[in-house]
Amino acid sequence: MRRPPFFRVSVLVFGFAFLYVPILSLVVYSFNESRLVTVWGGFSTKWYGALLRNEQVLNAAWLSLKIAAVNATGAVILGTLAGLALARFGRFRGRTLLSGMTTAPLVMPEVITGLSLLLLFVVLEQIVGWPQGRGVTTITIAHMTLTMAYVSVIVQSRLASLDESLEEAAMDLGARPWKVFFVITLPIIAPALISGWLLAFTISLDDLVIASFVAGPGSSTLPMVVFSKVRLGVSPDINALATIMVLLVTIGVIIAGILMARQEKARQRDVQMALAANQ
Amino acid sequence: MSIPAEVQFGSRVRGSLQLFLRFLMPPARWTQSRLKRWGITGRVLVVSVPYLWLLFFFLVPFVIVLKIAFSETQIAMPPYQPVFHWVDDRILQIKLNMANFAFLWRDDLYWKAYLNSIKIAGVSTLLCLLIGYPMAYAIARVRRESRNVLLMMVILPFWTSFLLRVYAWIGILKNNGLVNNFLMWLGVIDRPIVMLQTDFAVYIGIVYSYLPFMILPLYANLEKMDVTLLEAAEDLGCRPWKAFLTITLPLSMPGIVAGSMLVFIPAVGEFVIPALLGGPQTLMIGKVLWTEFFNNRDWPVASAVAIALLLLLVVPIMYLQRSQAQQSAGERT
Repeated sequence: MRRPPFFRVSVLVFGFAFLYVPILSLVVYSFNESRLVTVWGGFSTKWYGALLRNEQVLNAAWLSLKIAAVNATGAVILGTLAGLALARFGRFRGRTLLSGMTTAPLVMPEVITGLSLLLLFVVLEQIVGWPQGRGVTTITIAHMTLTMAYVSVIVQSRLASLDESLEEAAMDLGARPWKVFFVITLPIIAPALISGWLLAFTISLDDLVIASFVAGPGSSTLPMVVFSKVRLGVSPDINALATIMVLLVTIGVIIAGILMARQEKARQRDVQMALAANQ
Repeated sequence: MSIPAEVQFGSRVRGSLQLFLRFLMPPARWTQSRLKRWGITGRVLVVSVPYLWLLFFFLVPFVIVLKIAFSETQIAMPPYQPVFHWVDDRILQIKLNMANFAFLWRDDLYWKAYLNSIKIAGVSTLLCLLIGYPMAYAIARVRRESRNVLLMMVILPFWTSFLLRVYAWIGILKNNGLVNNFLMWLGVIDRPIVMLQTDFAVYIGIVYSYLPFMILPLYANLEKMDVTLLEAAEDLGCRPWKAFLTITLPLSMPGIVAGSMLVFIPAVGEFVIPALLGGPQTLMIGKVLWTEFFNNRDWPVASAVAIALLLLLVVPIMYLQRSQAQQSAGERT
């Protein structure tokens, strides 16, 4: 570097400050004694206690976690199938439509997705009597439709970056397609599936708009409860909730980072050993 | 012969899977041969499961929205009724079917919401580009080891709740919030500036929430750029600023397009940000749809708004699809 990168450093400092100061402010004020969120009244953890005694928030959080876990599992299965078809099956009839349907949900405004799914459920209930009312099932189906698109994009890009020769070799050696998938393809794309699962989980846990449309009475998810509280103004126990979430995400990302780095190292060592054995 | 690393990596998984498969294979083969008689192979199964799911839960709902948008409005009933009203008397339906769109056309509330959404999304996209481009450029030019850490820092906020991140700005922007308190402490102002519940707050919220979507495609593009082009330009006496304008900027055009579309498209239909940070005068089409649906319980008009919003987005979505297809085609060659 000949030119001192002063401009670049300041850009990065200001940019990351913009991204992180709001999150930090949530964390700091969650320990504030005062009810007036932005006036510092001394250190306190009482809002965490208030949060943990709040039945409504706890029930909603538990419901959201259950929906998110079921949704993520379903989304990974559907998204993997879609990604596999798009990346490995060459041209087939209707491929363009499938690829369009897996990318459109990513950019579609949530109000449209939510409204259209709700109308579908209402029409279905009138025609076939299912789903009876709306609630956990409809929220899960709606989230799966949205998040399988994310998973399929991740799986597709992972498959596209990998050589097909391994799978072809297994086929040449007489493995059936199903066996090739379970023994070769699945272990290779496992990291993509894990990140897809986590992404589907977080998106579901965070979704307010779609869930509000397709939820029924008595199935308020965590974002719905948070939104109705926040609309009335700032409340300190929501800051405590945000801090807990930030903490969990940070821990998760750090663990994932360490595991991925370790795996990458092991992989590189394997490649080197393989190359050495080859010579 | 050497065993490729990726197979070794999966060897532990493979052992347990093989055991699992040994028990699973005979019934699986039997089912397979049965299915084959009907012309259903594994391949067809893999394609058709996600295909049918998306057809049923993504495409069919749009058709229903379209139909309801053309159905009768005036029925003041529980929201279930209007859906099926058109089925029995088709003639009546055809007579009235443009009423909802005519209503949207005549009432200038919807026009204002429509144009205001485009304005807010457009300005926010521009602001995202102005902040995101230098950041992506800076990240792409630091040492290789630091790049992944910085990228991770760009993505990290995306993993924490969007709703809570928007909420954080309420505490920062409100009248006795962080910014006003700080400015008053400095003595720059004597009374708080009203920032919350204005369009300004909505711009900040959108730029803040969608900035990662701008940075990531720009970074992916700038990182691949051939730096020797810039060196050659410099050797030939080109000033850095001119080299940037004539080389870097045109080459990064696909990244700019992709990033801008990824910000603009969801921002147009945004609901949470204008609902929390905007005021009553902040009209955005996503908020109007929400009000029509939840407060006025007018499903046909809400559907018509959805169709109008969708029409607005068709062009940018197709533009995005094309630019992504071009990009992936470019990567293959």
